[in-house]
Amino acid sequence: MSPASVFVCLSLTLLSDYPVIRVKPDNSGVVTDGVKHSMNPFCEIAVEEAVKLKEKKFIKEVVAVSCGPTQVTETIRTALAMGCDRGIHVEVSGKDYEAMGPLQIAKIFAALAKKEEASLVILGKQAIDDDCNQTGQMTAALLDWPQGTFASEVTIDGEKVKVVREIDGGLETIKISMPAVLTADLRLNTPRYATLPNIMKAKKKKIANMKPADLGVDMVSRVEVLRVDEPPTRLAGVKVETVDDLVAKLKANGTI
Amino acid sequence: MNINRLIALSKSVQFGKILTSNARHATKEVTLPHRTIRTHARNLAYAKDLFLGKVNKAECFPYPEIGNEELEEINSFVAPVEKFFTEEVDSKRIDHEAKIPPETLNGLKELGLFGIQVPEEYGGLGLSNTMYARLGEIISLDGSIAVTLAAHQAIGLKGILIAGSEEQKAKYLPKLASGEHVAAFCLTEPGSGSDAASIQTKATLSEDRKTYLLNGSKIWISNGGFADLMTVFARTEVVGEDGVKKDKITAFIVERAFGGITSGKPEDKLGIRGSNTCEVSFDNCPVPVENVIGEVGGGFKVAMNILNSGRFSMGSAGSGMIKKLIEMTAEYAGSRKQFGKNLSEFGMIQEKFAVMAQNAFVMESMAYLTAGMMDRPGVPDCSLEAAMVKVFSSEGGWICVSEALQVLGGLGYTKNYPYERYLRDCRILLIFEGTNEILRMYIALTGMQYAGKILTGKIKEMKKGNVGVAFEMLGRKLGDALGRKVDLGLTGMDGVVHPGLADSAKKLEQNVAHFGSTVENLLYRYGKTIVEEQLILKRVADVLINLYAMTAVLSRSSRSISIGLRNHDHEVILYYTITILLIYNSPENQDENIKKIAREVLEKRTYVCSHPLDRTF
Repeated sequence: MSPASVFVCLSLTLLSDYPVIRVKPDNSGVVTDGVKHSMNPFCEIAVEEAVKLKEKKFIKEVVAVSCGPTQVTETIRTALAMGCDRGIHVEVSGKDYEAMGPLQIAKIFAALAKKEEASLVILGKQAIDDDCNQTGQMTAALLDWPQGTFASEVTIDGEKVKVVREIDGGLETIKISMPAVLTADLRLNTPRYATLPNIMKAKKKKIANMKPADLGVDMVSRVEVLRVDEPPTRLAGVKVETVDDLVAKLKANGTI
Repeated sequence: MNINRLIALSKSVQFGKILTSNARHATKEVTLPHRTIRTHARNLAYAKDLFLGKVNKAECFPYPEIGNEELEEINSFVAPVEKFFTEEVDSKRIDHEAKIPPETLNGLKELGLFGIQVPEEYGGLGLSNTMYARLGEIISLDGSIAVTLAAHQAIGLKGILIAGSEEQKAKYLPKLASGEHVAAFCLTEPGSGSDAASIQTKATLSEDRKTYLLNGSKIWISNGGFADLMTVFARTEVVGEDGVKKDKITAFIVERAFGGITSGKPEDKLGIRGSNTCEVSFDNCPVPVENVIGEVGGGFKVAMNILNSGRFSMGSAGSGMIKKLIEMTAEYAGSRKQFGKNLSEFGMIQEKFAVMAQNAFVMESMAYLTAGMMDRPGVPDCSLEAAMVKVFSSEGGWICVSEALQVLGGLGYTKNYPYERYLRDCRILLIFEGTNEILRMYIALTGMQYAGKILTGKIKEMKKGNVGVAFEMLGRKLGDALGRKVDLGLTGMDGVVHPGLADSAKKLEQNVAHFGSTVENLLYRYGKTIVEEQLILKRVADVLINLYAMTAVLSRSSRSISIGLRNHDHEVILYYTITILLIYNSPENQDENIKKIAREVLEKRTYVCSHPLDRTF
């Protein structure tokens, strides 16, 4: 029995190669106003994998989901242009959005996956702006589903999924039963470009709108950000003539 | 654009004598010389009225806006194209090898960039001029690709799009939109460059009247080496109504598959080296009569319409390039230290950034204003405005690239950095698509022709005995002489300009009025011989370009303030600096403003203003 629908959960992140990311003057966070945002690169890989699975006829439908303000619909549209069938936009804005963290997002995704009876939930392994690497794992725990994280290869084998994971020591191959949660790592695939004709076709695809309250999710954050600081500016180096000088300097420095 | 045609046009206007005397003198009737095409001005949008000292404010105020849906769509297009250009396009390699790798070309085709303005029913994207301009900002990141795409769709297939029959469109557009067939535009010949109406390629009708045989050769044809389909212009024998045989230009759709077509070797160029440019020769190439675009003998008009419709995008392409340059150079200026300070702290370096920001601002404003005008229903003729955008943008771009290279100093001069390539790629902008000299003549003469027509119309009225007109003109002359205040409706109760900008708007009105009377005086003084006075015409064109730039900038800033676009206060400073440069012509010291502009640009290491298409609601 081929799995019915796959959920790809997307994150909208700050573009990493924007010239200078600034900390807000009150040290409460990073300036996001006017900074270019786009789909998280790992989420792009997740979308690509889901669309590939659909093209290989392992799954029937790919649904792209994302939480956030209206800007997020652009990301969902890109996913639709890459080949997803429909989208769901969970609207979170203002203060809720600033306080939103992996736990809240995981709750939303878990509630949605249960509601829509998804067989697979695929996410990017982490968002490149906060590097949390928690949402996928939390979603699996909330759903009590098996998880295949840091996937560099995914194969569907009947009712099970074979996942090759990238771990510190090398590669680990596991077999997990569906429904399951997967998170995509860098080498899983190379995402396709959303071509302009596909973007135009995607305009006709549906994006459903809902609020966290509709899913019975409470968005209160258990985490409070106390301070955000820029990393210390790199100091100039000092050149020394001999090794003895180096040792003396390090001793004087208190380093050794 | 062709001098002969301009001379003919101006001769077709009857110039009158000075009104206070000689009203009874007959104005000379002029017979048109043999080889002329009379095109009637279909509702020239805004610029023509500047020649009369009037501001046609409905055309330019408020600044054209696109709907939220369209803005969303355009933003969704921008991202994948930008991504493609940053990841898949190796400009250095393209420049070095003097060709675009087939994988890159395929990527562009798949993205859909070969049919941006082809209607959806024929497989294209069907985007408006404004959207095309927006995409042009990104495509200009690589000059060779930009020219290849422009040669294909802005001129190569445009003829079929704007003047082709339904059968021709259905037959050719789908494959052109997908990129399966690439198009080229073949007008220029070794002996006919700016003088396009003098081309010598011949198309002779066969005995059975079913085929034309094409003979001749064309040069400087972009995509000429591999284009599958070409829009070719050749002379055909046409029998006029009076039974006299004339040789008129006709436009043909020519497939390489017809045979008899040879392409020369690619030209070794200074810049845009990745774009294929070569000679194309036709040796008894058979073209079916169904492939004539428009009417037999109507080819020149088709050619001019094609060229006029693509020009405006040079504004947005140029501004896209300058914005990129600002980012790159700001990085360098913010980190390179000399004399114990960052380069960005030195006044002369700051001035360069201010110049780049100003130019980008003006080019953007003009381009999107023109695109917005062209997108209005009713097919307005914006050829004058488009020409002005082209002249300003090509020259502004050249200056800015040079300044950007200067910031990098010796490094900028090496091939390790892209600045020298941008410089070389940029130089062609002043030459192709109508040389800036020809366009200046076109701008000045078209306007003067229009003004002349109105003037002679008024003189005719007076001869008929319409005293009212005489008094009106007398009154105006007296008023000007006495220093009467000018009010053209930009400010005040029904003003279209934001009150904060009212002062400079008034100044613009004064300049326009002054320009109008100057044009009138020139016409009285020179009459038809104004055509020979290129240096005067150059100055007329320059003034007009400045006036149009000023209008665009005023309109845009007014809108930005009114709707509260992000960074609109930076825009206002930019606006004032530009105003003083273009309009006031006073030696007023601009240093403070220059420093302010540069400071913001260098701090954020990017061009600061919001995009003119952005909305806040």
